Order: sequence, then C-alpha cells, then structure tokens
Amino acid sequence: MKKSIWKRFTEWVDGVAEEFEPEQLPQTQDKEKKHKTHSLDEQQRLRVFTIGYDIVAFIVGITVVAVLIFTIFQLPLFGCADNPAVNEVVQRYVENGLEETGAVNMVAGMILDYRAFDTFGESSVLFLAVTCVMMLLLRDKKNISKEEDIQQMHERIIEKESRDLILKNVTALIIPWIMLFGVYIVLNGHISPGGGFSGGAVMGAGLILYSAAYGVDATSRFFTRNTFRAITSTALLCYAASKAYSFFTGANGLPTGIPLGTPGAIFSSGLILVLDICVGMVVACTMYGFYILFAKGEF
Amino acid sequence: MKIAFELILILGLIVCAVSALSSKRLLVTVVIYMAYSLVMTVIWALLQSPDLAITEAAVGAGVTGILFLTTLKKIHALKGTKDE
Repeated sequence: MKKSIWKRFTEWVDGVAEEFEPEQLPQTQDKEKKHKTHSLDEQQRLRVFTIGYDIVAFIVGITVVAVLIFTIFQLPLFGCADNPAVNEVVQRYVENGLEETGAVNMVAGMILDYRAFDTFGESSVLFLAVTCVMMLLLRDKKNISKEEDIQQMHERIIEKESRDLILKNVTALIIPWIMLFGVYIVLNGHISPGGGFSGGAVMGAGLILYSAAYGVDATSRFFTRNTFRAITSTALLCYAASKAYSFFTGANGLPTGIPLGTPGAIFSSGLILVLDICVGMVVACTMYGFYILFAKGEF
Repeated sequence: MKIAFELILILGLIVCAVSALSSKRLLVTVVIYMAYSLVMTVIWALLQSPDLAITEAAVGAGVTGILFLTTLKKIHALKGTKDE
C-alpha cells in the first residue's frame, strides 16, 4: 500500500483524492448528549466570546497603530544629511556609479549592476509564482468536468456576443501607445526613470487590457503557452548567462570586453540594457500569465 | 502650497483605506483599493521616485485590481455574474 514519495506528490499535484480511512469515533453520541445539556451554557459563552472578541480586536488594533506611529516619530527626517543610511556605500554609488556602470539613471546602475544578483532572484520569484498559479489553476484532463466545460463554452459565447463597444474602441485607440510606452520605459531604463520591472508591468497591463476588450481568444492568436514558456525561460537564462559572465570576469579582475559607451546614449552602460530587456520580458509575461490563468484557466 | 497638497493627498489615502475596509460590497472595495493606489502614485511622484510611481500605477492601480475582479467573478461574488 505504501506509495513512493514521488508518486504521492504527483497524485497530490493532479488532485487525486487520497484514500481516507475513517477512524472509529465511538464517543459521538456522548458528545451530542453533552451538547444538548450545555446548550444554554454555550449560548452564554458565545455571547461572552463575541463581546470579548470585539474588545480584544480593538485593543490589538490600537496597540499596533500606536507602535507604528511611535516608530515613525523615531525615524530620522526624510532627506536629512546625517541619516544612518547616508554612509560610504551611498557615497560610492553617487560618486563612482556613473563611470563604473555607465548608467545615467543611478537606480538602474544599482539594481542591475552592483546588485544584479538580487534582481535575478526577484525575476525567479516571479517565475516561481506563475508556476505555482499554473499548478493550481491550469485546466487539464484531470481537473476538467463536462458540466464545467459546457458552462465555460456558454460563458464564452455570451462574452463574444456582448463585447462592450466603448471598451473595444477606446482600447483600439490607446493600446499602441501603452505598448510603445512600455517598450520605451524598458529600453530607456538606464537613462530615464523606470527600467525592466516598470516597463514590463506596463506592457503586461496593456496585454491584459487587450484581452479584456477583445476576448481571450484574440490574444491567444499570438501568445500561447509555448510562447510564454519560450520567452520566460530564454530571458531568465540570458540574464543568468550574461550576469555570470560579468561576475566571473569582474571578480577575477579580467577585462570584460563590454564597452560602457557614452553615458546617455541608448547603447551604453554595458549589460544593463540586456538585463533590462530580460527583466521586462519576464515581468510582462508573468502579468499576462496571471490574468489569463485566473480568467480562463488555460493558454 | 506643496505641503497643503501633500496633506490633502495623505488625507485622501486615509479616507480610501478606511472606506475600503468598511464598504459592504466587494466590488466597491476593489475599486476603492485601486483609487488608493492612484493616490499613492501621486505621492511617489512627489517623493521624487518616478520609477516607483510608474510601477505603482501599472501594478497597484491596474493589474492587482483586475486580478481581484477576475477572482471575484470566478467565485461568483460579484453582483450579476451568478448563474441561473
């Protein structure tokens, strides 16, 4: 009867119900009797509990708010020169950041050059999150029932017939500008405010708007699960490879061979542009993937 | 002038937070939450972090709200999406 751990895990993922061996509960009848005799007493206890719950919730809420406000008044002033956060690390970033990373946008230089490893972790977290959502919500042979299928068909037909005219036309007007703005933010991440995450979020929101206005089938013409898989994994691998290269050469004092270029130009600041594009791709795909999995359950 | 504007924004933030908690309908709560994010966007821009403002506008006011709404629709908690 004992199954291997792997088999049990796959069955758990597929949603196969585990065989449940009901234990004998001999004391149920006694409990019911007790329940009846103590019903009046229990009503009183319930009343005490409801009042006590309110009082305790009030006290806990007030305490938490008081602690938070007290902490805020203990914090140093915003932008003050002698804050503990203003130390040699910040000085290094501000003074040498431009010539070491080549990025005019100091934030991009920080998160994609000095601390690029953190950003890689963040992108992987997004990938992991969308994988988990897929595990829970993706419809496949094993968690589909005929009734649900028919119901979804009905819903889709109703949606198709009653597309909102205003939403459709306004979307047609503004979608190009949203996507263009997203691409602009990604490509100018090292020059102006923004970067991979912001631009990717804007592009993902644009994709969501398009599929909300024109239906899920409209986006699945050019964005399938295979597209998602290819783009996300390629972007993550590209990020890992380029950053590993620059860590290896940089840590060993080797010349990287990547020109930093003139600060302010599009093709400058070494690998930051590449990394920005990778992060933007991952974020855009993740946002859209979340929406499509929640709305339709497959893509 | 700027301080008055900031005070108005922060007041709006508090009003949004309290009314999102106290509203009875879930749809209203989600919409107020998105309004909260929009006010937060302006505050980020005033605090001189435009990149955070862009992200908050796209994620907080856009994607998160839409995900909430699709979830509510899926569990039939929105008015008018019930079957039968």
